[in-house]
Amino acid sequence: MEEYLFLMHIYVFVLAIFVGFELITKVPPTLHTPLMSGSNAISGITVVGAILSAGMEQFNVSTILGLVAVIFAMINVVGGFLVTDRMLKMFKKK
Amino acid sequence: MKAVIEITYLVSSILFIFGIKKLASPKTARQGNLYAAIGMFLAIVATLLDQNVLTYEWIIIGSIIGALIGSTMAIKVPMTGMPQMVGLLNGFGGGASTLVALSEYFRKNPNYPVDTGAAFILPVDQGVAIILSLLIGSVTFTGSLIAFGKLQGIVTGKVVKYPLQHPINLVLLLAVLAAGAYVVINPNELNLLFIITGVSLVLGVLLVLPIGGADMPVAISLLNSYSGLAASTTGFVLGNNELIIAGALVGASGIILTIIMCKGMNRSLMNVVMGGWASAGTTGPAATTSAKGQVKSIDTEELAMLLDAVSSVIIVPGYGMAVAQAQHAIRDLMNVLEKKGVNVRFAIHPVAGRMPGHMNVLLAEAQVPYDKLYAMEDINDDFPNTDVVIVIGANDVVNPAARHDPNSPIYGMPILNVDYAKTVIINKRSLNVGYAGIDNELFFYPNALMYFGDAKEAVTRLVNELKSSS
Repeated sequence: MEEYLFLMHIYVFVLAIFVGFELITKVPPTLHTPLMSGSNAISGITVVGAILSAGMEQFNVSTILGLVAVIFAMINVVGGFLVTDRMLKMFKKK
Repeated sequence: MKAVIEITYLVSSILFIFGIKKLASPKTARQGNLYAAIGMFLAIVATLLDQNVLTYEWIIIGSIIGALIGSTMAIKVPMTGMPQMVGLLNGFGGGASTLVALSEYFRKNPNYPVDTGAAFILPVDQGVAIILSLLIGSVTFTGSLIAFGKLQGIVTGKVVKYPLQHPINLVLLLAVLAAGAYVVINPNELNLLFIITGVSLVLGVLLVLPIGGADMPVAISLLNSYSGLAASTTGFVLGNNELIIAGALVGASGIILTIIMCKGMNRSLMNVVMGGWASAGTTGPAATTSAKGQVKSIDTEELAMLLDAVSSVIIVPGYGMAVAQAQHAIRDLMNVLEKKGVNVRFAIHPVAGRMPGHMNVLLAEAQVPYDKLYAMEDINDDFPNTDVVIVIGANDVVNPAARHDPNSPIYGMPILNVDYAKTVIINKRSLNVGYAGIDNELFFYPNALMYFGDAKEAVTRLVNELKSSS
């Protein structure tokens, strides 16, 4: 099973791309900017990796890199979702 | 516990998918963003439960600093600064991927920090993932910073050409890939890993620097896609499906927007990335200024009188509206015209502004209802039945030469057919050429009238005149 794990990840990746294409083609042009900032915030999911790196027991180069990664990813996540919300609440119908 | 974590990741992935699904309508979009944010929160909580997370102080410190910076930026940024903001956030995502990949490399190395003499065997798939993560993350990081600089006016917005531009970039890319392959086989080559990171960072600068200001919608979309792919590669490094899924969703989103933007300009992605277009116009705008006839202009009073007698108006905003911050004045114009019983609509070209949907956000900020904004394909057939079109701060996207002049650099680009309307009012500060560096023959059309002045100030003048005359 272990040697097929990488293939399984490829599998998931390819299917997710298809889901992404289906979803995003339905987003109207008027929402393209919030789509960018919102999807941007989602790409901040790297924070998961950053937390794993920063949470190691010994304090070493890996942890320092992880700490900076947590800062970067959290800027991406918090800034992205907040600014998207700020934009979306302006969109009103007559 | 492992199962709980994995199931939480699954729930989180589903929330991301539903979140984007709800972005299909402005009515549900805000809720969708909330879903995605909850998904992110769950993913973070699940990760904190991971048995590999042993200390929390650095995570907490990093999270607080990041959250403070991120929320400050999100609250402070003006709506006109949104393209820069998105560019910058992209960069942080990419930077995080690079750092995680480096960190993982050190974590997997048994000879670090103490040389144990043990053999460092890096599985090929993980090695490849680390290298790709470094490459894509670094290019996203510096590329986004340059894009931010260009949009903010720190770096020149012009097309920057340097000698041997394409060969240099190609050589650098191949060098990174070759060095990467070497590191995968010989994981102990730590210095080579740093060189790969450094060269990738330089590559990001070199790739975005040549791209001109008006091509930024493409560049920003593409970098958005890269930031997603960077997250996916990090997922491959960690063997985490949620990162792979979330990254793939964002990657797909960026690619689709990139394609839409390229189609909006009738250019190939290659052409934009190479920074081509503007060079066509710089060969000599004088060559095209042959016998065009007279430009007619109109003053505020005449324009107000003209608008007093019409029933339908379409407003076409462009980047000039953003620069002049004229969106609120334009909203006032819409209101005063509607009070007179005029049907007012907005026509938005796909590449108007500096990022996809740029005009829509600015008009939403000014409380223009979104159902008054029409995409190009939905309104282009209505121009012949329209009394007056008012073009504010747009140029190349309304140039009829794109339809009929094979010698024009923008020939073939889909445009808004404003010249088919009975009267076209063009607000501009002067008769300067647009981004493509070419004359706009529309200005010389018999049904075109120039209304000179700064967009905000000129529209405000018009609104006051309309109010006082009624």
